Amino acid sequence: MKKVLALTLSLLMVLTFCVGCGGGSDSGADGDTIKIGVFEPASGDNGAGGKQETLGIQYGNKVQPTVTIGDKEYNVELEIVDNESDNSKAVTAAQNLVSSGVSMVLGSYGSAVSIAAADTFHEAGVPAIGVTCTNPQVTADCDEYFRICFLDPFQGTVLANYAWESGMKKAYCLSKLGDDYSVGLVNYFKKAFTALGGEVVEEQFPDKNTDFTSYVANAKKKGCDVFYSPVSIEAAVNIIDQAKAQKIGMPILAGDTWDSNMVTAAAKGTDLDIVVTTFYQEGGNPEFDEGIKAWMEEDSDALTNNGGNTDLAAVTAMGYDAYMVALEALKAAGSADPADVLAALPSLEVKGLVCGDVTFNETGDANKTEAFVKKCNCEKGVWEFVKKQSAN
Amino acid sequence: MSLISSWLPYILAGIAIGGQYALIAIGYTMVYGILRLINFAHGDVFMWSGLIMVYLITVMPLWLSIICVIIFAIVLGTTIEKVAYRPLRTAPRMSIMISAIGVSYLLQNVALYITGGLTKTYPSISWLQKTVDIGPATTKMVTLITPILTIVLVVGLVMLINHTKIGMAMRAVSRDFETSSLMGIDINRVITVTFVIGCGLAAIGSVLFFSNYTGINPMSGAMPGLKAFVAAVFGGIGSVPGAVVGAFIIGICENIIKGAGWTTFSDAFTFVLLIVILMVKPTGLFGEKNIDKV
Amino acid sequence: MARVTLNKKTKLVLSFLGIALILLGSYLADEMIPASSNMRMFVTVLEKGAIYALVAVSMNLLNGFTGLFSLGQAGFMLIGAYTYAIFTIPAAKHADVYMYFDGGAIQWSIEEALSGSLGIVGHYLGMLIPIIGAGLLVALIAYLIGIPVLRLKSDYLAIATLGFAEILKAFFQWNTLGPITNGSNVLRKYATYDNSIFVVLIALISIAFIMLLINSTYGRAFKAIRDDEIAAEAMGVNLFKHKELAFVISSFFAGVGGALLAMFQGTIAATPFTTTMTYEILLIVVIGGIGSVTGSIIGAFLFTACSEWWLRGLDAGTWLGITSEWFRPGFRKVVFAVIIMLIVLFAAQGIMGTKEFSWEGLLSWFKNLPANLKAAPAKNKAKAQAKKEAKARDKAAKAQAKEDKANSAAKAASGEKLFEPLPVYDHVVVFKEGK
Repeated sequence: MKKVLALTLSLLMVLTFCVGCGGGSDSGADGDTIKIGVFEPASGDNGAGGKQETLGIQYGNKVQPTVTIGDKEYNVELEIVDNESDNSKAVTAAQNLVSSGVSMVLGSYGSAVSIAAADTFHEAGVPAIGVTCTNPQVTADCDEYFRICFLDPFQGTVLANYAWESGMKKAYCLSKLGDDYSVGLVNYFKKAFTALGGEVVEEQFPDKNTDFTSYVANAKKKGCDVFYSPVSIEAAVNIIDQAKAQKIGMPILAGDTWDSNMVTAAAKGTDLDIVVTTFYQEGGNPEFDEGIKAWMEEDSDALTNNGGNTDLAAVTAMGYDAYMVALEALKAAGSADPADVLAALPSLEVKGLVCGDVTFNETGDANKTEAFVKKCNCEKGVWEFVKKQSAN
Repeated sequence: MSLISSWLPYILAGIAIGGQYALIAIGYTMVYGILRLINFAHGDVFMWSGLIMVYLITVMPLWLSIICVIIFAIVLGTTIEKVAYRPLRTAPRMSIMISAIGVSYLLQNVALYITGGLTKTYPSISWLQKTVDIGPATTKMVTLITPILTIVLVVGLVMLINHTKIGMAMRAVSRDFETSSLMGIDINRVITVTFVIGCGLAAIGSVLFFSNYTGINPMSGAMPGLKAFVAAVFGGIGSVPGAVVGAFIIGICENIIKGAGWTTFSDAFTFVLLIVILMVKPTGLFGEKNIDKV
Repeated sequence: MARVTLNKKTKLVLSFLGIALILLGSYLADEMIPASSNMRMFVTVLEKGAIYALVAVSMNLLNGFTGLFSLGQAGFMLIGAYTYAIFTIPAAKHADVYMYFDGGAIQWSIEEALSGSLGIVGHYLGMLIPIIGAGLLVALIAYLIGIPVLRLKSDYLAIATLGFAEILKAFFQWNTLGPITNGSNVLRKYATYDNSIFVVLIALISIAFIMLLINSTYGRAFKAIRDDEIAAEAMGVNLFKHKELAFVISSFFAGVGGALLAMFQGTIAATPFTTTMTYEILLIVVIGGIGSVTGSIIGAFLFTACSEWWLRGLDAGTWLGITSEWFRPGFRKVVFAVIIMLIVLFAAQGIMGTKEFSWEGLLSWFKNLPANLKAAPAKNKAKAQAKKEAKARDKAAKAQAKEDKANSAAKAASGEKLFEPLPVYDHVVVFKEGK
């Protein structure tokens, strides 16, 4: 038994080495194909969001499977890798992408993994475009990282402004322990909200917690006007459920992660008041909406990854945009070499996108000045547009 | 009065979660009592019962799917025992524990593969999820039903252990494994029955737990499982009433700590409690003293 | 079976050559393989594998050699990683890293201070000192935890150490300690190595130290405790002292491993240091063989290479040229878990059992290989023959039993009494041989 085991393992080793050497390619373009890396979580805490973002990228690839550089038309192939929402797996996942010879990388959903992978992309000189990672640290020290979304300080301030303008004076802020995304958003919200004159109660829940009874009870006990919890979708579903059970009696405010069909599904049939800020408003671009919905209905895998129905999440639209930006970058670079793409990115200007035009500033962040505010229509279980909110 | 009314929501939540921990903890404590094994996979059997319910409810009525979930959990638990624990019964204690960890790893990863890592929403059982007002607090029906159901089940179980033939066999096996086998007790049957009871209760616990906290993902079983185990140790491992009392204490303390503003340490507290009890009274509240023989 | 014997000097020379070769290999691999090459994963696996090897060996020292079932490894690595990171973030980067805590409480970096005054030597010294410091801090904490915890028996010890790891995690994420630990946010921009040789060298030295310890009188005492605590105590081994020693040393190296992991990742957050991480390390030890240092090392590299590199195709849809509907994200882990269960159930010894690598063993194996290969067909034939015979015997016995039964039934039917059963033997169980 042991010998057989040892033999199989060594055979496996030899085989994979052969495969590894055989398929080697050191430049971005391999014949007629250009590879674009997709660095997204498909499991772990951010698995749901990561999958929806990947969907947008895949749909983009379906709409425009080729790109013309110079006079030659190349096929674009997506190299998708799962970073497991885990910092320690992110580095090797990123290395996997770099090793497979991608021209550029898109992702990730969740900032911590992007920050962890930044060094790998930096060393390899491969440009990366963050789709919805909103932490300022992603692009701050990395010349290779760009992003097409707004940032936490912006979003936190927008939410605080909205809350203050809606007459809320005391906010209950709930973030997840060890989750830099929610902790960051709470931080900026707190800064802006207290600067406006508001009062803040701050609490954190531990990893893997599903029991939000006491947090909702705390918010009620402390007499807060708004329940602010910009956490992951997984927690959101449980929070909504408890808020309903305990008749929370105050609006729930959250960031872009909550803009998901899973949240509306959970809130359907309740009398809750849920408000989020987000990147995209469904219906803003009917052509895109119809196209992607038709695709999801055809492709059962895509439908499952979207949570079982065809309601769009903002991150999906952002994923689509990111793919289009990537194609534009390839065209502007005139080659599939990562170095050329990297040189072309800072001056890139992309118009006609689903979530608004994209230009990059010095640090590589998109210049965005407004966020969409959406409210959940709990009767029908859909998002309704409220207004555009700016940071000032 | 105002003190009670302001703490009532936390105590109610604590009693509810305590009852759900209790139903899981019984499985731990019985298996440990007989096999001297921490069944690390028990929390994952619990998670799987919840997950299967999500799929079953789409094809059959509620009452039937609850029965099927219980049967599924029992089959899963006894299969695990047959495949992963029985062959290692004569092996060192560490091997069988590693096997339990391996099974837990396998169950979680299969769940990850099947769900694709997405959180599934538990089907809503309307009469369990109805909101009710108790004085100043508002809560779900399941919060009230859980402790009642738990106590009924536990009383039944204690009667079973104390007054039936199989119960007597279980007590004998937990006291002395080898001697009872010499006395003609079919050890394998007793162990199977233990797993049947433990997993059945875990399945009932899963219906209550996930009706209260509706999101299920592959890791949902890990934390409740660990806490239920701590409850079993706290109450004195091997003792069914001990596990139940321990579970209620842990559930209530956890929620009071959250209410007091120490939310960061609500999970850590459980483990502090575990370590303190192990230091001060390793046999737990109701446990019997164990003497190691050379 | 011819056995090769070597004298001590030759073995020493061979070992030094082997180590030099490994170090040179890892140096060259990092220098020569470009970042975008397919083989670059080799370097990544080499680094991560070396770190996991160290951590697995340190866990094996406890679980395999001292018989203490501890599950606190991830918690100790967490402290090591944080300690290293906190003291090597350059002063200029503090404002960036600790952006939610006004630049944090500590405004200096050991690495920076030393490389400022000692140049390149200081650079390496500045990384080494925090690594050792991380190990020492973890050892101290382990010492304190050990005083109460090590009095517990096997499974209680496991669950108590696991509990401590969870408590430590919550502590490091606590907002109040934010100016030092950065709360829930990642630590980054700290000093890290330039070439894989750094990681491999430290891992090698640490593992060599553990091996020396295992082969010393202390190591023999550890093994005595593992085999029989009471007998060991009767022979004059101070149980608590030796357990504490093993626990502290194992934790020291877990801390060093944590520091190396921090360097490898480039960022550190407390979230990934879960019980799952401990389980993975435990499974590495099991794959390699509980009680074999060589096994843990092989296990660590196999585990890392499979999970991070070779089996990734199982998630992506195509693996070794096979395309299947089944190959969706998560399949890799399922395959992995099944392999581990197979090892636990059917090859409990793991790859190495309790054997260790030795030059003599290796050379003997190679020397005997041709003879073994030649003999293999005959051996297999004999085995197959034996199996066949056993089967035939079984069949015959079954047929006989059937016939007997039929005969007796027929006889009983015809009213013939075969024999009077002896009532005395009625309830005596006769133990069959080989069952």
